[in-house]
Amino acid sequence: MEMEEGEGREVNKVMCQLVDTVGERLGDPMYLPQNVSPNQLQLIVNALLSNEEKLPYAFYISDEELLSPLDSYLHKHKVSVEKVLSIVYQPQAVFRIRPVNRCSATIPGHSEAVLSVAFSPDGKQLASGSGDSTVRLWDLNTQTPMFTCKGHKNWVLCIAWSPDSKHLVSGSKTGELQCWNPLTGEPSGSSLVGHKKWITGISWEPVHLSSPCRRFVSSSKDGDARIWDISLRRCVICLSGHTLAVTCVKWGGDGFIYTGSQDCTIKVWETSQGKLIRELKGHGHWVNSLALSTEYVLRTGAFDHTGKQYSSPEEMKQVALERYNKMKGSAPERLVSGSDDFTMFLWEPSKDKHPKTRMTGHQQLVNHVYFSPDGQWVASASFDKSVKLWNGITGKFVAAFRGHVGPVYQISWSADSRLLLSGSKDSTLKIWDIRTKKLKQDLPGHADEVFAVDWSPDGEKVASGGKDKVLKLWMG
Amino acid sequence: MPQGDYIELHRKRHGYRPDFFERKRKKEAREVHKRSQIAQKSLGIKGKMFAKKRYAEKALMKKTLKMHEESSSRGKAEDDVNEGAVPAYLLDRENSTRAKVLSNTIKQKRKEKAGKWEVPLPKVRPVAEDEMFRVVRSGKRKTKQWKRMVTKVTFVGPGFTRKPPKYERFIRPSGLRFNKAHVTHPELKCTFNLEIIGVKKNPNGPMYTSLGVVTKGTIIEVNVSELGLVTPAGKVVWGKYAQVTNNPENDGCINAVLLV
Repeated sequence: MEMEEGEGREVNKVMCQLVDTVGERLGDPMYLPQNVSPNQLQLIVNALLSNEEKLPYAFYISDEELLSPLDSYLHKHKVSVEKVLSIVYQPQAVFRIRPVNRCSATIPGHSEAVLSVAFSPDGKQLASGSGDSTVRLWDLNTQTPMFTCKGHKNWVLCIAWSPDSKHLVSGSKTGELQCWNPLTGEPSGSSLVGHKKWITGISWEPVHLSSPCRRFVSSSKDGDARIWDISLRRCVICLSGHTLAVTCVKWGGDGFIYTGSQDCTIKVWETSQGKLIRELKGHGHWVNSLALSTEYVLRTGAFDHTGKQYSSPEEMKQVALERYNKMKGSAPERLVSGSDDFTMFLWEPSKDKHPKTRMTGHQQLVNHVYFSPDGQWVASASFDKSVKLWNGITGKFVAAFRGHVGPVYQISWSADSRLLLSGSKDSTLKIWDIRTKKLKQDLPGHADEVFAVDWSPDGEKVASGGKDKVLKLWMG
Repeated sequence: MPQGDYIELHRKRHGYRPDFFERKRKKEAREVHKRSQIAQKSLGIKGKMFAKKRYAEKALMKKTLKMHEESSSRGKAEDDVNEGAVPAYLLDRENSTRAKVLSNTIKQKRKEKAGKWEVPLPKVRPVAEDEMFRVVRSGKRKTKQWKRMVTKVTFVGPGFTRKPPKYERFIRPSGLRFNKAHVTHPELKCTFNLEIIGVKKNPNGPMYTSLGVVTKGTIIEVNVSELGLVTPAGKVVWGKYAQVTNNPENDGCINAVLLV
């Protein structure tokens, strides 16, 4: 008895409440000694959640990460110990991606600028589309060109892998789409014609909704989005309604299609008949880019960091559905849109047609927005030479990453959400650390503007392509 | 008294003369012979005038022929794959100047050390001292002749103040001072009005370099930060060398070519 009292005098206690990122409480408020460290908090959370395998967590008090014992924070910020202190816990990825720091290969091959680069969802294949009207598939083991897919008549603007890695679709400036077999590099069938102007975006149906993958949606400058079926080889539904060019299209995990357009609206479509469900208004200028909180899971489908392969489509569907539900949790799917009016909006399209928050701060147009794989962060690339980081749930501003000297074109997240990659007009790639909110690595090497970057889902490699016509592979 | 359209009226009433078309064909067929006769016979000013007229006619004819050809084959031209591919997110944006990265910074430094330059104007006309300077007589009786006035365009740095008259040997007239130059980027094929940072080298001698004299062939350093050029490491380049291509003292402006 005396012993305990003695300790109590030495170490003050504080009333704490553990809260998860959505705001759900974990257990009752409890007295914690002030010298409790994040590691000990981690043990408490794991015990309270009765996790079988211990997961790593990060802790935040009023949006500031707790890195040292609690009392140092209390002293620094002069927090009242009489109120209940709410500590937000955030699960972290169980694996860690090494930051890339060197260029492992510079592969020439394209005879014009590289416009898009994409790793397959399983991280084993790499494709790129170029201004020389070819799609190229690259061998990642030997770092050499594997197939040159000829068939387009003009610049290949977009490429997209199906979430089961079995198909590759590319869209060109003349408006035709072509499906390729990534194992042989041969076109599967003739090109899909329907769009009257160039293709601006392609998105596949998530694998947990239908497996094997058959349908994808494409958006075009002519103001339409079209749903195509690769086994029927034709356009199934034409989603028309936008009055200006559609700039971005995403197929959500709930089975809706989101299209952002230059007519300042975002439209939500239903996919069986192509009916317009919702119109999200708010932007004052073109909508440039959309991002879904579940986008990473939708892109990778059933493949995760362990590199497991699945034999049957049904199994894949099952696993993908599990992963999707785990990622989504109880909260609805969130959508972020970046616009030419220098702002971004956070929406919850399944619940409300009004935006949740407006994210302001950029001084130039926002070219690309991207949710982190765990959905906790949003990153935005802007022409004001900065990348900004926002809280993915509340939409609050977190940090600005400055360092580029030209407009930032594209960004990409590492699979563990701890690192962010950005490619810019100033010919460099930069890697930013989310934890310290600082520049982690500067990757110079391109001889001209970097148009496309992609971080492979297994985290091993980064690919980038640009105006200097070469494809660069970076490794850790 | 106006004759009116009696021919048309007659044709309306009675039709063409039976040999009208035959005569017309023959006349047209003879036309070339007749024209060549005139061309051969006409001499002097008349010949010149005739030739000029024919030349203009032929040029016009060629032009119209070409225009017709173009209009009939328009469909093909649109399908061509253009150079300078840009991704979909840049397609609708107006094209800003697409600056190249300067990959030769190391080379440039090496060259600078060696003092050798591959420049657009390798040789310049040497400018003699008496052309460059005018003697200014000074002293109460105007007997002293140690002052010189520069008669060429000069660049004078922003922080310059003139020395007291007793010590000022070289006068750089303020009317001939320049601090901006029209600099052409040879790859981008566009010209910018850029600030001059300094005079790197005047081919006529180190003294002119230190005086900041800008003549044809002079290497000047200009501020290119507006162009948005970057080094391979992703830093903005702000100072670049350019060579003057005109005679600034005659033209009243400095034209230069960027050395890349």
